[in-house]
Parts: sequence; C-alpha cells; structure tokens
Amino acid sequence: MKKIIALLSMVGVMAYVLAEPQIATLRGTTDLDQEGQAPRMAAEVNDDKRTDRDYPMAAPSIPHKIDGYQIDLNANKCLSCHNRQRVEESQATMVSVTHFMNRDGNFLADVSPNRYFCTQCHTSQIDVPALIENEFITMDELLNRAGSSH
Amino acid sequence: MWSRIKDMLLQGWQLLAKPSVHFSLGFLTLGGFIAGVIFWGGFNTALEAANTEEFCISCHEMRENVYVELQETIHWSNRSGVRATCSDCHVPHEWTYKIARKMQASKEVWGKIFGTIDTREKFLDKRRELAEHEWARLKKNDSLECRNCHQFESMDFTRQSERASEQHSSALANGEKTCIDCHKGIAHHLPDMSGVPGWE
Repeated sequence: MKKIIALLSMVGVMAYVLAEPQIATLRGTTDLDQEGQAPRMAAEVNDDKRTDRDYPMAAPSIPHKIDGYQIDLNANKCLSCHNRQRVEESQATMVSVTHFMNRDGNFLADVSPNRYFCTQCHTSQIDVPALIENEFITMDELLNRAGSSH
Repeated sequence: MWSRIKDMLLQGWQLLAKPSVHFSLGFLTLGGFIAGVIFWGGFNTALEAANTEEFCISCHEMRENVYVELQETIHWSNRSGVRATCSDCHVPHEWTYKIARKMQASKEVWGKIFGTIDTREKFLDKRRELAEHEWARLKKNDSLECRNCHQFESMDFTRQSERASEQHSSALANGEKTCIDCHKGIAHHLPDMSGVPGWE
C-alpha cells in the first residue's frame, strides 16, 4: 500500500512539473543550456518629473540620468547639487533633513555618513514594461479598503 | 678660464661672420632650405608622435591610472563613435599654445625619470594636485579643449534636457561659468573634493 502511495505521489509531482514548462518567468522559454537573448538596454528617464510615493517614508526615485556619477570617499556627485549648501545655486531638491541625523538622532551639519551612499535607496528609472506583475498595495489603497470595510 | 671661453666664442663668431670659402652661395641657400624643411618636418612629426594615445600610455603611470578611468566614460565610447583621447583634452590644438603646453609637459619627463608617481599610492596621493593643475589650466583658457569639439554656438538647447539647457543658456551663455566649473571628473575619477567650490 505504502509503495503504491509513494508511486502515485511521484507520478503526481512529475505531472505537475511537466505541465509547468516555465520554471523562471524572467528566463522565458530559453533552454537551460542556452543563453537567452538579453533585452535591449533602455534609456534612463530624464524628465525631472517627480513621481508618486506610496508611503511617506518611501525614498523618492531619481527623475534624471545619473550615469557616471561618482559616489565614493572622494566625491559625491549627487550632493554637489542636492546638499544643503548647494541648492541655492542648483535649485535642486535638498536631501531630506532625516539624512542629517546620525543613528543617535542628533542632527549634524552635513549629511550623515550612514546616509552618504545615495543609490542604496534612490535609483534612476528606465521606461520599460514591468517584467512581472506588481502586487504591491499602496498605503492609500490599504486605508481605502480598511475604510470601506467599516 | 673666462678668457678661454671668450676666445672660443670670438672664434666661432668670426667663423660665422666670414663669407664661405669652399661652398657656393647656391649650395648654401638650397642646402639651408632643404635642411630647414627636413628639420621642420621632423620637428612636427616628433611633435605629432608625442600627441598620440600610444605615446601617452607608453608610460605605466598613464596606462594604469588615468587611461583605465577614461575607458569607462562617454568620451571613450558612445553612440556616434567619436572618441576623445588624451591629447584632445590635454593639449591645445593651436601651434603657439601647443608648444607652450609641450614645454610645460617636459616636467613630466622629469617626473618619469625620478618616479614621482611610479606607484598607485603615489599617484593617489598626488591626484588632487594633478587635477587642480588641469582645472586651473582649463579655467584660465575658458575650457578651450572642451570647446574644440563642444562649441557653444552649435549647441541646440532643444536637444538638451531641461536642466542642461537652463544652465547652458544662463551661466554658460553669459560667461559667468565655463565648462570645467561644472563638468569636473567627466573623464577621470575625482580626487578628494573637500574644499573645492561646488563640492562642499
């Protein structure tokens, strides 16, 4: 009896695997031993238009090109426009005041070292269709749903 | 000692001042002309040879530091296939300025002989100073080498991003700023920028 159950479950698993030829969505139907064709590189969005933020603490995306921007111990290209002392001339958005706060909650004169590497949170965008469906639910949507259920 | 040098100089002058005894006027004129052509041609050929990328990167100081960094940038490879190599940005095109720059650059030979930046560490220590020389040079000549290709008169602002066209049509147009004021570090990595105006 046990053997029959084991056999049946194996057949079941195999049938499931065979019916699902697409193991990885991003890979597509390219065979495992073949290299798929890479999609064309898309241009960075460079329209300087601010985008929506889905929750208040969301890091805003960068609405302009940043290729070749140097961010290291020597220099930070982003801060050469977005730093406190630079915004008058550049008329760029100043980095959020939270970035001047160190981990103990004290405000510093300059951007705190733990917020120095901009691209850890902020990224420029490319205008391409989403690779997979995005199931993210925004905070507003969540509030709406909560409101309507009452 | 001094009288001997004086005698030699006097002898030399007398030799030059006398008319030629053995050679005809025609030979001297034509010979002088041909020698001049050869010398001038040779000089310019040597000058051009010293302006090639191959010459620049024949020193490991250039090949392993700044040359590698250039290769990541748009001045190295881009959609239209126009490449700016070392001399395009670092040597003026016009003869007088070119000679002046070449004479300045003879100090690099000194540096090469005495190994001023012959290790990566020495180069990094000196990077700020070297960069400052170039910034100062480009500031002084109103970014001449940039403008050899990027002419303000040929700029189509409608083809630029909004931000770029705003800056170029104001600060650059009225001469308040020159290219290098904003476009530092476009072809090589930046040194420690603390204290540099615009980077504080």
